[in-house]
Amino acid sequence: MSETMTITIDGREIQARPGQTILEAAEAAGVYIPRLCYMKGLTPHGSCRVCTVLVNGRPQSACTQPATPGAVIENDTERLLALRRNIIEMLFVEGNHFCMFCEKSGNCELQALAYRFGIPAPMYPYLWPKREVDASHPDVMVDHNRCILCARCVRASRDLDGKNVFQFVNRNGHKRVAVNAEARLGDTDLKVTDKAVAACPVGALLKKRVGYAVPVGKRLYDHEPIGSDIAAAHKK
Amino acid sequence: MAKPKVATTSLAGCFGCHMSLLDIDDRILKLVELVDFDKSPVDDIKEFTGRCAIGLIEGGCCNEENVRVLQDFRKHCDILISVGDCATMGGIPALRNNIPLEECYEEAYLNGPSVHNPKGRIPDDPELPLLLDKVYPCHEVVKIDYYLPGCPPPADTLWEALVALLSNKPVNLPYELIKYD
Ligand code: SF4
Ligand code: SF4
Ligand code: FES
Repeated sequence: MSETMTITIDGREIQARPGQTILEAAEAAGVYIPRLCYMKGLTPHGSCRVCTVLVNGRPQSACTQPATPGAVIENDTERLLALRRNIIEMLFVEGNHFCMFCEKSGNCELQALAYRFGIPAPMYPYLWPKREVDASHPDVMVDHNRCILCARCVRASRDLDGKNVFQFVNRNGHKRVAVNAEARLGDTDLKVTDKAVAACPVGALLKKRVGYAVPVGKRLYDHEPIGSDIAAAHKK
Repeated sequence: MAKPKVATTSLAGCFGCHMSLLDIDDRILKLVELVDFDKSPVDDIKEFTGRCAIGLIEGGCCNEENVRVLQDFRKHCDILISVGDCATMGGIPALRNNIPLEECYEEAYLNGPSVHNPKGRIPDDPELPLLLDKVYPCHEVVKIDYYLPGCPPPADTLWEALVALLSNKPVNLPYELIKYD
């Protein structure tokens, strides 16, 4: 690895390779930049803005912004925490998130970010939108109440499964995930083993008949905040 | 010196949060050394007898009576805490929030599979508090000072928060005690 460059994150100098995004370079150095629509192995989408950092003073999404020599980056600051908290709170109030009975609870990235950021309750007014549940597929269900429009299923189905089962339709407040079929999910060629199903960070795309299999206390984010593994992996 | 007073209530909740408070086990003895209970289902005092240091609110607001009780708590308590998911975000009762009120009434009193209502009348006694259009989290009705989510919040969460507040310390609960389920 000859050709590296130095970038600075929160005052710490780290090495980045050409072509790496800021998020990837930071992660390789054991620095966690919070993210939600980003998923390793998928083309970055840059849509949720949870990964926003200041690059030489300008807000940029770390999952899409390439590292450039000498870049000075702010990540773990009060100002950015406030911004990220607001995004997470807005995602909660614009859907219908009943964590107390959600099968994804404890393993959900949206919920885990709220925990990590210390959000005891979202403060924006709840919108209580009317959304559909599609349980027509024998092994998978879509609960639009919990969809945060991260496009992870869209990208995974297109790029990893080579199927295009999911797409977005409509715009703004009406935007939603639709399936590539006349009617419902059951009419598509989606398989429960498709990468698209596992890509969903929340309880919007769920495998049937496996809910609540892991007891409280043993789930991904019961004890350690999301992102803890990144710093821990680097220390080893 | 008189002990500080704590009041509690269950609005649109299931009493699970009160159960969790009892779940502090023998620490309840310490709690009654630290505080006196005022208006609360714990001692069945129905009206405030004076100023309270802390009010614990279980449940959100689903009807006009909930709103009146909540406003009364705000008036009498220095610190108001939303306890549990129903108080902090509406909780299970808020599942009705994207269904028109009329449909809710019809399902509950006319069309539901287990309904026996030969007269086909929806209860309308003036004594009954009117339902609100939606179920509201408490902070959308009055100012709330602290939030302890959970369904219910663990006994340790309630205990740690109460002890911190009663000893004038900041409420800094560990990661494991603030959860939404
Ligand atoms: S998807 Fe996540 S945030 Fe939404 S209800 Fe389920 S656990 Fe909670
Ligand atoms: S269904 Fe899941 S993966 Fe797909 S856009 Fe919604 S939240 Fe993202
Ligand atoms: S993770 Fe970068 S914008 Fe969503």
